[in-house]
Amino acid sequence: MRDPRGDTTGALRHALRALPALLHTGFASVLAYRAEILIWMFATNMPLVMLALWSAVARSGPVAGYTPDAFTAYYLATLLVRLLTGCWVVYELTMEIRQGTLAMRLLRPIHPLLAHAAENAAATPVRLLVCTPLIAVFVYTSHRAVTHDWLLWLLVPVAIAGAWLIIFGVMAIVGTLALFVESAMGLFQLWLGLSGVLSGYLVPLDLFPARVRDLANVLPFRFTLSYPVELMLGRLDRAHALQLLGAQWAYVALFFAGTMLLWRKGMQRFGAFGG
Amino acid sequence: MRALARASVAMTLQYRIEALGEALLSLLWLATALVPIWVVFGNRPAVEGWSYPEMLLVIAWFTLLKSFLEGTINPSLLTVIAHVRQGTLDFVLLKPADAQLLVSFSKVEPAKLVDFASSLALFAWALHKLHRVPSLLELGAALLLLGAGLAVLYSIAILVISIAFVAVRVDNLIFLFGSIFDLARWPSTIFRGALAFVFTYVLPLALMTTYPALALLGKLSVQTALGALAGAAGFALAARLAWISSLRKYTSASS
Repeated sequence: MRDPRGDTTGALRHALRALPALLHTGFASVLAYRAEILIWMFATNMPLVMLALWSAVARSGPVAGYTPDAFTAYYLATLLVRLLTGCWVVYELTMEIRQGTLAMRLLRPIHPLLAHAAENAAATPVRLLVCTPLIAVFVYTSHRAVTHDWLLWLLVPVAIAGAWLIIFGVMAIVGTLALFVESAMGLFQLWLGLSGVLSGYLVPLDLFPARVRDLANVLPFRFTLSYPVELMLGRLDRAHALQLLGAQWAYVALFFAGTMLLWRKGMQRFGAFGG
Repeated sequence: MRALARASVAMTLQYRIEALGEALLSLLWLATALVPIWVVFGNRPAVEGWSYPEMLLVIAWFTLLKSFLEGTINPSLLTVIAHVRQGTLDFVLLKPADAQLLVSFSKVEPAKLVDFASSLALFAWALHKLHRVPSLLELGAALLLLGAGLAVLYSIAILVISIAFVAVRVDNLIFLFGSIFDLARWPSTIFRGALAFVFTYVLPLALMTTYPALALLGKLSVQTALGALAGAAGFALAARLAWISSLRKYTSASS
């Protein structure tokens, strides 16, 4: 199988030219599967399940500085970030590899992962639209609990984009691993399980014992969810926020490099099935 | 019945390594479900009157019911929906046994046995921490309520299937119900106002996990227990009626 990328700068220019078309088809397919996306978004309710527990706990007094209102703000922001950073490339990639349809993608003059990235990113406007009621509720209930620092708000979209890129990178790596092992999905489940605890999805990281928190601070999980949430709630000062932004994008670069390396190795092994 | 179960086990054993991996992952998921509880009770001795081991008991019931839901109810449900869509339900209806019974146990996922086993471990752990051995009466009441809880879960599934006869895309509905069911992991008393009403009477999550836990603790009033059983019977009756009326409307899709 020929490496579809050719020489790097030429390929990059080529890809940039194809990007609008890719985003367009991605958007169209999102509209076609709108019901599925809606259901998936409604079924993402774990932050609300946790909110139910913690508001009952905080009724008898704040927990580590979190009042019931602070918990509401935290979990609504968590839900929002989670919904906006959704991504499904790992499912598609493993399926394409198992069924051999990846061969079709390889024949196109564009890197398959870039095509996937564009398709996934194209869902963002629809997600944002679906999230409007949630954003309205968030603003209504939590406008006092969020930060009033314009710089932090400026960083929020960048942090959400970084979170999305890390999640996409992990998914792409696990998906590419399907070229080497038969069931790579288990590995992704492992990531999801760890991420539930260490990204602040289930419990705000502030509430963990110091040792767990120190661990969570250096692992990539925090940057996929907790970091943008902490920005919105103003739990970071400016210097710390910028420092963490650097760390987040370092992870983005790391996962990008890892994906590319693995992909190139995987391509040497790939043989399409069927004919 | 036994033949169906054996076929499902054989099917899973063909993928041995995957089965082992799935078992380990189930344990990981259980651990992540317990983490919030550990954090909560690291800060508080009790939540709305529920101590740590009492809360564990509710989570044990939740894990038990979830293993039934994901292990037999949902997979069977998806099979029926596929039957309806492809018109192959005829072959089930022709069999000389009650069709509702046949479709209800058509598929089992033995991988969920791990969840079942870990729920039993949770029960043992919670009761040990409480230094409590439930009396026979309490145990009987808890088992009766387990039956009632399963009946309600199963009835909801049958109601969903009945919708499948009219509108085909309902697999998503199962997905949605599964995510609402997640709220049953907490005692129903943590909810206030409208939610408390909904989860007690409309979508009786309280009946499924909170009441059986209260029964084991010896804190459930006879009145509530009887009300719960009556409610479950009502649900089952509604499901049976819906099933019969939708079978009457069913016209085979094939020739």
